[in-house]
Amino acid sequence: MNIASYNFAYLDEQTKRMIRRAILKAIAIPGYQVPFASREMPMPYGWGTGGVQVTAAIIGPNDVLKVIDQGADDTTNAVSIRAFFQKVANVAVTTKTGDASIIQTRHRIPEKPLGQGQVLVYQVPIPEPLRFLEPRETETRKMHALEEYGLMHVKLYEDIARHGRIATSYAYPVKVEGRYVMDPSPTPKFDNPKMHMSPALQLFGAGREKRIYAVPPFTDVVSLDFEDHPFEIQTFTEPCALCGSTGVYLDEVILDDRGGRMFVCSDTDHCEECRDEH
Amino acid sequence: MSTDTIEDAPLLKVAGVSKFYGSRIGCENVSFELWPGEVLAIVGESGSGKTTLLNCMATRLNPSSGTVYYRMRDETFRDIYRMGEAERRLLMRTDWGFVHQNPADGLRMTVSAGANVGERLMAVGERHYGEIRASAIDWLGRVEIAGDRVDDEPRAFSGGMRQRLQIARNLVTRPRLIFMDEPTGGLDVSVQARLLDLLRGLVGELGLSAIVVTHDLAVARLISHRMMVMKDGRVVEHGLTDRVLDDPQAPYTQLLVSSILQV
Repeated sequence: MNIASYNFAYLDEQTKRMIRRAILKAIAIPGYQVPFASREMPMPYGWGTGGVQVTAAIIGPNDVLKVIDQGADDTTNAVSIRAFFQKVANVAVTTKTGDASIIQTRHRIPEKPLGQGQVLVYQVPIPEPLRFLEPRETETRKMHALEEYGLMHVKLYEDIARHGRIATSYAYPVKVEGRYVMDPSPTPKFDNPKMHMSPALQLFGAGREKRIYAVPPFTDVVSLDFEDHPFEIQTFTEPCALCGSTGVYLDEVILDDRGGRMFVCSDTDHCEECRDEH
Repeated sequence: MSTDTIEDAPLLKVAGVSKFYGSRIGCENVSFELWPGEVLAIVGESGSGKTTLLNCMATRLNPSSGTVYYRMRDETFRDIYRMGEAERRLLMRTDWGFVHQNPADGLRMTVSAGANVGERLMAVGERHYGEIRASAIDWLGRVEIAGDRVDDEPRAFSGGMRQRLQIARNLVTRPRLIFMDEPTGGLDVSVQARLLDLLRGLVGELGLSAIVVTHDLAVARLISHRMMVMKDGRVVEHGLTDRVLDDPQAPYTQLLVSSILQV
């Protein structure tokens, strides 16, 4: 590939300005889905084209980029997006949460609390939280505009009626700054409390659906629930089998075909850091 | 008009409502008043403009001219087409109900009966699962659906049950006015009779006002107090149901009444 034929960070400057305008609007209206002219990216839809465009629009030569996929730095999606930005922007990359200025993520928020000045970029497949029960885009937009969110509770009601509890465990709907109901992308609901009053800027990019939304630093993010069925996060009985951490989100790893399994940290950087300390 | 605060006043005032589809007439210059607790039937053959008129009143279709005033709970008359959209939609899901001919149009077919009935409650801010479920079961009982069907999807219900579920879903917020478009269409006669019986009971018990569009004069006879006969978009006769059916004045009404099949 001839690098010289690419602009810094792949996208041309006009496109970046367009995306930045959408991001600024999204930050100004927390939780509101801003339409943008999503571009074709050199990867298939569903692989993070939205997140990549957001990252490309905000990244500078001095940024340090971390990319995670389900919490891990070493899985296909994370490795290839990291390599992509190394190639087209020649930026420093890291796997350390604390060192990164931009973290692009698919489905997790790092265990280490984020700080001011850090930006978390989410890859979003379906940005519309109401889509499950209302397929018409014209109607969901009107519902957002008029703050008609009763339908969101119909989904949670249905969960309790079928499973005895709110069984939605990822893409759990939240209300942002008391106004817009937002889909936090398919992160486990375990991570929802981390979004509330986070000092980091959170940007969400949905490439196929052509939407960008944002949660600015120190914003109210409340998970929806019922008075008699309050919001709860997942809990794990065992600590991580590798580092012994508790109170973190664990992945199940199948070891053999005789039922052997172990539970390990989904956040690989956190797990490594814990093991180094011991 | 908006300062009218008389206690004993009509619930709905329709004044000169017309709807044109291009040069064709949907309905023309219809005026009437609907009083609290009253059931009005709009009858006529297919294409006579009954559903157009109903949709014009229920804010589902913008009339070409004319006004529709509704007496709000604070006793003020409001032109429903001059309200903001947010207020109008709130009115539609709290103080009004709309029963579709095809229950699939008025129900969410992919969620349980309980969620269907509870949706309006959740839309107005009810956030206690146990209470929502209890009122859903209570309303299912009132429309003669067993409480153990509360977690079944409407897909598993028969046509008559779906229609009753749709009625429960509309009545749960205790509306004062309910619009019905051929509520018994597509049901066999014994199911139809039960549904009409149920509707008549609920209307009496809750003091509901209702506007029922039907082509079936027997339905109109059973549940309505007054009726309006429409032909080609115009009202040809208007009066107490028994008077219109027993002593029809307009030639078209006479034709309609004499066309009823006798068994």
